[in-house]
Amino acid sequence: MSNVLWQPSADIETLRHRAAIIRRIREFFYDRDVMEVETPSLSAASVTDVHLATFSTEFVGPGHAGGLPLYLQTSPEFAMKRLLAAGSGAIFQLCKAFRNEEAGSHHNPEFTMLEWYRPGFDEFALMDEMDELMQLVLGVESAERLTYQQAFMNALGVDPLTADISTLQQLATEQGFADIAANETHRDTLLQLLFCMKVEPTIGQEKPCFVYHFPASQAALAHICQHDERVAGRFELYFKNMELANGFNELTNGKEQAARFSEDNQYREANGLKQVPMDERLIAALEHGLPQCAGVALGIDRLIMLAMNKQKIKDVLAFDVERA
Amino acid sequence: MANYSTNEFKGGLKIMLDGEPCSILENEMVKPGKGQAFNRVRIRKLITGKVLEKTFKSGESVEGADVMDTDLAYLYTDGEFWHFMNNETFEQIAADEKALGDNAKWLVENDVCTITLWNGSPIAVTPPNFVELEITETDPGLKGDTAGTGGKPATLSTGAVVRVPLFVQIGEVIKVDTRSGEYVSRVK
Repeated sequence: MSNVLWQPSADIETLRHRAAIIRRIREFFYDRDVMEVETPSLSAASVTDVHLATFSTEFVGPGHAGGLPLYLQTSPEFAMKRLLAAGSGAIFQLCKAFRNEEAGSHHNPEFTMLEWYRPGFDEFALMDEMDELMQLVLGVESAERLTYQQAFMNALGVDPLTADISTLQQLATEQGFADIAANETHRDTLLQLLFCMKVEPTIGQEKPCFVYHFPASQAALAHICQHDERVAGRFELYFKNMELANGFNELTNGKEQAARFSEDNQYREANGLKQVPMDERLIAALEHGLPQCAGVALGIDRLIMLAMNKQKIKDVLAFDVERA
Repeated sequence: MANYSTNEFKGGLKIMLDGEPCSILENEMVKPGKGQAFNRVRIRKLITGKVLEKTFKSGESVEGADVMDTDLAYLYTDGEFWHFMNNETFEQIAADEKALGDNAKWLVENDVCTITLWNGSPIAVTPPNFVELEITETDPGLKGDTAGTGGKPATLSTGAVVRVPLFVQIGEVIKVDTRSGEYVSRVK
């Protein structure tokens, strides 16, 4: 008898439910004429996002005797945008995404992502569609909607768009994070700390909650809103203390996107993080022309945790990283 | 002492916090998809026994605490210190009232206790889960009464007071769970 842990992390009945949910999701998109696509997991470039750590490897073979460095993708976003620029129309993908340095009850370094793009939609039309999908999969009521500013002010009484760093430091200290507040010089880190720890537990408890108009400084790949330059066309979906999805009214300007990537790499350099080659193919595609569109990425494992009332991500994975 | 990064956090790791040695009970990563990762950690302060929650920015390091547990037999008290001995090396260690806390009342000669040492000095004494002690004082119970009526207080030879069933009498030895302070059974 061996003591090797060979059994799955999830029970077989859970995996059967998981399969049924994934089938229902595919049908949801087939019914709407959204094309299923597959893009590379391994790519020559990757995200510059300073809070994402990538896995990398090397292809050695015909044409690349010296080795071609490749990154495992943290999401299929860049490749899918290149398809959109090439005229694909509405597309969706169910795939594995890979993020180094992440493991816990809501994180596994390899996880399943659903990502879809809708040309002609803004973030609100995409939230409508996503709401329908959530009602279908989770059997919940229609989601609530709050701006980031509203959600933050309801929970903490401070305006996240106008508060200066010392106000946020003081707020974080009052909320029990004195040590972090004392040394933190980035507004966004304090906002993220307070949002994660103190705002999230107050929203989306009974039914899912969309939070939209994130601060422009946390726009990532979303466009900045014309009516209010302090906020971006970025939204997130929360339900029962879980961050389920992140969506953008997509930034279509190649030059601005390249500038944001360079900014990330400058931050990486200044903070001792490894620089990541900017995805020039994405920039070229944006410069060719990305149709105005909205897109969103949803964590399938977390969705299944919620659908099946499981507490840990490993409870819905065939094999989590400890058994991989 | 070595420093530990948040990636090394796990249950049982001993770290320094606000100048006090602590033990990590639970460690959970909290990270928004777009944004800074944090570690939410449940920690027990080893001197006061207080449990608290603390959040770290992932990637930070904290100083480790030179804390170790050692099993020693209880010898005697001189009123100020409680003396313990390593049964193999015969080395002796004295713990003060602060380290003993409420646990002095569970010390039985020759029982092996767990002594927590910080930088070589005792900061906590954990008695065995079960100890056997003699009853020195209790009201005489009513004849024919059985367990289950709520019982009566009994004072033990160490001064500890425990609720016992009415039929248990002075001079009897009883087994007590030191974690809850509850009576378990009579010892024949």
